[in-house]
Parts: sequence; C-alpha cells; structure tokens
Amino acid sequence: METLKKHSWKFVALLLLIYTVVMGLYGKVPRQAILNETVRNLYFHVTMWFSMIFLLSTSVYHSVKYLQTSDLSHDQKSNAYVETGLIFAVLGLLTGSLWAKFTWGAWWTNDPKLNSVAIGMLIYLAYLLVRSSLPDEQQKARISNVYNIFAFVIFMVLIWILPRLTDSLHPGNGGNPGFNSMDLDNRMRMVFYPAIIGWTMLGFWIANIKIRVKKIEETIEETE
Amino acid sequence: MKSNEIFVLVKKEINLEWRQKFALQGLILYLASTIFICYLSFKAKNQSIEPITWNTLFWIILLFTAVNAVGKSFTQEHRDRNLFYFQLFKPESIIFSKIIYNSIMLIGMSLVGILFYTWVMGNPVGNFPFYLVALVLGALGFSSTLSLIAGIAAQGENTATLMAVLSFPIIVPLLLLLLKLSKSAMDGFGLDENIDELGVLVALDLIVIALSGILFPFIWKH
Repeated sequence: METLKKHSWKFVALLLLIYTVVMGLYGKVPRQAILNETVRNLYFHVTMWFSMIFLLSTSVYHSVKYLQTSDLSHDQKSNAYVETGLIFAVLGLLTGSLWAKFTWGAWWTNDPKLNSVAIGMLIYLAYLLVRSSLPDEQQKARISNVYNIFAFVIFMVLIWILPRLTDSLHPGNGGNPGFNSMDLDNRMRMVFYPAIIGWTMLGFWIANIKIRVKKIEETIEETE
Repeated sequence: MKSNEIFVLVKKEINLEWRQKFALQGLILYLASTIFICYLSFKAKNQSIEPITWNTLFWIILLFTAVNAVGKSFTQEHRDRNLFYFQLFKPESIIFSKIIYNSIMLIGMSLVGILFYTWVMGNPVGNFPFYLVALVLGALGFSSTLSLIAGIAAQGENTATLMAVLSFPIIVPLLLLLLKLSKSAMDGFGLDENIDELGVLVALDLIVIALSGILFPFIWKH
C-alpha cells in the first residue's frame, strides 16, 4: 500500500500521456489554412519546451541548494535534471523540425527561436564537457553548478527576450497571431494543458530514475 | 570599506600590467595582425567589402581579443598569490575589480581596434558616436561575462580550451544584441530608434555583473 501511494503519481502521468496520445491523434481540431492537421503537433512539440523549462528550473533550484549546503546529492540531482532537460530539448527540436517542414517548407529555417535553442544546446553541452573535464568531485560539483546557474539565466534571456526583438515565424512573434487568439480553441485546450502536465511528469520520472542510477553507480564505486 | 578595496585591487591590476607590458603589447599585436589579415583577405582582393561583413568581422575580431585578454585574468599570477588575496580581500571585491579592470582594458582595445580597422578597411558607419556607445557597452558586457568564466576556466587543467568552450555559447546573446545595435548605428540610426535594444543590453550587463558577484565567492573558495 505504501509503495502504491508513493508511485501513484506515475500512474497519473501514464494516464495523462495515454489521454494525450489518443486525444491528440483522434480528437477534433479546428481547420486552419496551412496548419491543417499538423496543428496536433502542438501537443507534442510545444509541450516539450514546457517540460524542458520546468526541468531546467528544477536543476537550477538544486544547484542553488548545492552551493548553500555543499551536499553532493543536490549536485547529482541538478545534473540529472539538466540531462533530462536536454533530452526534451532534442525532442522539441525534432518535432519542431518536422512541423516546420510541413508548414514553413523547410526542415530548418533561419528563425530566431530555432537559432536561440541551438545556441542553448551548445551552452548545456559545454556544461557537460566541464563536468567530464574535472576529476575532483567537489570541485566538479561547485564549478558546474555555478556554470549551470549562469547558463540558465543567459538561456532564459536567449529564448524569452531576444526572439521578441526580431521577427519570427513562430506564433505570437513579429506580427504573427498567437495561438491564444486564433487557433487554440477550448477543445484543444482540454488536451493541451493535460499534455503539458503529462510530459512534465514523465520528465521528472526519467530524471528520478537517472538520479537513482547515479546513486547506485556511486555506491558501486565506493565499495569497489 | 569595500569600494576602497576594489579601488586598491584595480590599481594593483594596472600596476602589474604596466610592469610587464609584454602581455598588453601582445594583445595589441594580436588585434593588429588579425585586422591586417582580414584586410589582406577581404579588402585587398575584392576592393570593397559589404557593410554587414565589415561590422560582423570587426565584432568577431573583438570577441577573440576579449576572450584572449580576459582569459588570462586568473592565470597571470601565481596560484599561491591568489591564496594571499583570498585571505586579504572579499571575493566580491576581487571579481568586481577584475570586471572593472577588464572593462577599462577592453574599452581601450576596442578604441585602438576601431582606429586601425578604419585605417585599413574604411569606415561605412553612418552614426559614429552611437557606434562608439555600442563599442563601450560591448566592452562592458564582454568583460563582465568573461571574467566569471575566466574564474571557472582557471580551476581546470586546460584553461585555454575550457575558456573557449564555456565562453563562446554564453556570449552569443550579447553578441547578437551588439551586432543589431551596431548595424543600426551603421545605417545612421541613433538613440531614439534603438532604445529597446539599448535597454535590454544594459539590463543584460547588470544581470551578469550581479550574478558574477553572487556566484564568484563559490568558485573562489577553492
């Protein structure tokens, strides 16, 4: 009973995702020129970015906690959340690329948001590189967490502020109407919001498993 | 007390730099030879250069100079002497003094750079005073962003590589803003048309400086 309670949120995540996939593919969506049926990608593309932001924010929270307490378990958590966030960023790029092909006509367009995200990925790959280049545990943790906080702030500027200063093909930028005003009707909202929650929960689930794997690896190393 | 500390440290940096002039001379030589290579490969061959290439090229040269100049901030002095500073000064004073000193140096570098660049490559800028404003803000931004990264990179074994890998992606937002601002200055626009970009740029500089002040004590502890 105890374990059932502890893991119940995973069932919720599973149900939400099944709902998302079924309703995402079979639910009714408004007909829009150009977008047509691809509007369903909203549930699988936009949600990735939401999950990524949540995961990276949690990672920054643990980085701050680590710097306050010097407790290495926070460092492990922060690292796991960044890695999971990166998985979601890659998925977001792939689903976005697919969507771009069918609406904007190319796999990759010179869009400020795309470029920003590509740079963001470089920032986080640099983070992973720093981690692997430092052998000492405490030093590695301290430096990579400082870098993580710094990188997160710059990344936020990159994806929230800079694209708004230029024209973008994305909805809500450069004179394009936002989803809220035209496309996102109530039927879609009923799927979109649960989808965000579902994917985010899946992200935390994955991060959770990553943290446990890291802990096990650590114990194995210590006993050896 | 604290502002006094920062002042003493900035003075120390300037003194040190003045005593071993070769580092500064090396940087100026680096800047001049890069510009001259660009002149030989762009201007001398084709007789003309597109304004947008002119601008981008200059910022890339400045970026590389800045990474080289700021990258040595923490490796120039002996490790043991850093320990001495650690006991003597607050970490905030150290990083702020580095930022101030690097800003002064980079502002000087970009002024020397633009002079030499104008000399060999011509100057298609419409609103030159505003271009200088962009240069000064750029120097401030570069020095504040790169000083913290230099502190991080100095902790590892391979400082130069680490510096490049860590700083290039993180400097991009700043560089994009600067390119936009200076392009606008080239087209002859001034303060009124660019007030948004200017605001974001100043805000970004301030955020980065504040973050450096908060985060640097943690890496300095080592």
